[in-house]
Amino acid sequence: MESTERISTPDTSSRPPLSPLKSFTEVCRKVWLFYYEGFRDMTVGKTLWAIMLIKLFIMFAVLKCFFFPNLLKENFDNDKDRASHVRQELTTRGK
Amino acid sequence: MNDLMTVVDWSRWQFALTAIFHWLFVPLTLGLSVIVAVMESIYLKTKSEEWLSITKFWMKLFAINFAIGVASGIILEFEFGTNWSNYSWFVGDIFGAPLAIEGLFAFFLESTFGAVMFFGWKKVSPRFHLTATWLTAIGASISALWILVANAWMQYPAGMEFDPAQMRNVMVNFWDLFSGIAINKFFHAVFSGWALAGVFVIGVSSWFLMKGRRVDFAIRSIKTGGWIGFIGLMMTLMTGDGSAVEVAKYQPMKLAAMEGLYNGENGTPIVGFGILNPKKEYDNNEDPYLFEISIPKGLSFLARRDFNAFVPGISDIVEGVDATADGEKINTVSYAERIERGKAAQEALRRYDVALKANNTVEQESALKDLKADYPFFGYGYFEDVKEAIPPVGMTFYSFHIMIILGGYFVLFFILALFMAYKKREVLTKSRLAQWIAILSIPLVWICSEAGWIVAEVGRQPWTVQDLLPTKAAISNIASTSVMITFWLFVVIFTILLIAEISIMLNQIKKGSLNK
Repeated sequence: MESTERISTPDTSSRPPLSPLKSFTEVCRKVWLFYYEGFRDMTVGKTLWAIMLIKLFIMFAVLKCFFFPNLLKENFDNDKDRASHVRQELTTRGK
Repeated sequence: MNDLMTVVDWSRWQFALTAIFHWLFVPLTLGLSVIVAVMESIYLKTKSEEWLSITKFWMKLFAINFAIGVASGIILEFEFGTNWSNYSWFVGDIFGAPLAIEGLFAFFLESTFGAVMFFGWKKVSPRFHLTATWLTAIGASISALWILVANAWMQYPAGMEFDPAQMRNVMVNFWDLFSGIAINKFFHAVFSGWALAGVFVIGVSSWFLMKGRRVDFAIRSIKTGGWIGFIGLMMTLMTGDGSAVEVAKYQPMKLAAMEGLYNGENGTPIVGFGILNPKKEYDNNEDPYLFEISIPKGLSFLARRDFNAFVPGISDIVEGVDATADGEKINTVSYAERIERGKAAQEALRRYDVALKANNTVEQESALKDLKADYPFFGYGYFEDVKEAIPPVGMTFYSFHIMIILGGYFVLFFILALFMAYKKREVLTKSRLAQWIAILSIPLVWICSEAGWIVAEVGRQPWTVQDLLPTKAAISNIASTSVMITFWLFVVIFTILLIAEISIMLNQIKKGSLNK
């Protein structure tokens, strides 16, 4: 799972300090490389990610869309109507 | 009515299936993350390559479990919105806020530091890496806190006021969510994860020993997993005891079902082992047990810390007999009266509904006053017979006793495993019997862990929110066929995922034993 190569970074000690924007960009670049190289160098992790992505796709694109609508959000436009529906439900179930 | 009960039953089975599947992964995540963090701490201290190898192996297994289990709990939220829409609206922000916080914690803490843990071995300093490992472990536990606080609220609803205009429970005191039930439940669940992971580590390591591979690796793993597991188990026992005290206070019917107790007494015994009489009902004179071995006065001490305290049974509670915190017998509201008052509360809510639509503020206020007077019994108004308010005694009783008996077995298991790892190493390395016992203990610890959740959730039936909302009112107005279809879909999906995890896990265990 872990990366096998170390990134060699150039010696920056003799350079003038970076501007805030360039520092931020440099941090972003390092974070990006961290994740990119991490994912690239995965072994069993690639299989796990494939399973995770397939599972998330099935959950959100299939199950949620076709089988698990949020009934109150879909059937009513506002909280007042939703409350009225639930009040109706809870006061008629007992009869 | 028949279709309502069919929808209720299928929805309950679906939720139970999803929750049980989710809980296959969570305790191993909670416990193995801590074990891995301890192993890495030892590596940092000793600078030993063997400890680095040990840490990375168990971290890999943690990753497999985490990846396959990730987001499995989100399906439960789908079910809230579809099958249990009345419940999800009724609980309002009380349930929603903790779940949202759980999601945030899981995403930011676990994911961020989990990435450093997996990718950062050669990119960050060893100290920073160890910090990330510990923060991943802590993040997992903090995630668990919020969902357990939400679940505890279902068992003991506190810190809220019901607003009939919104039809929601509105939070009035956030800190009331952290009740004694919530605190004990959180630590009980987390520490049980430590125990489960400890058994897992010992079992897998014993397989290494059975194959004669990486003996030192396996023994060190057994020692680490053994200590974390043993400490976790001791804390689990302590918090389980604490939970029992809270259940006695706030859910006496659940405690009575856990013990198959119908008629309480001063100095109530606790059943160590028993077989229930299937003919026993709360209102007949059948013996509750076909066979039982009890410890005298044990339940009184467990529930009230007093060997002579009164502990009410199912029949007592139905007839309106309970106990004070000191274990004194008192008269309270009978279930028949609760049903009457619950129906009165619901009638008041119907009057409020009519008055609200007619814009009649005087009648609204009158209805609200009546509703408030009987609101604590609101949920009982859905029943026609007191029997409907009694949980399934058999499932609750047997799950509780399976959990306790296996818990007792694991105390011995950890003591012997540690003793042999330190003093009788040759037993671990050479005894097939010891190795097989360790390996076969792996499914047993999962049975123990799941049995605990069955006690918690079946024991609170018929309630989704104790005393306020039973399952038959919480359910959405949907056809049972849709629930049946998704139930079987889940059976297929979960089976595939479980096979995937076990296959990948076994493959990595085999590779790890060969040092690949």
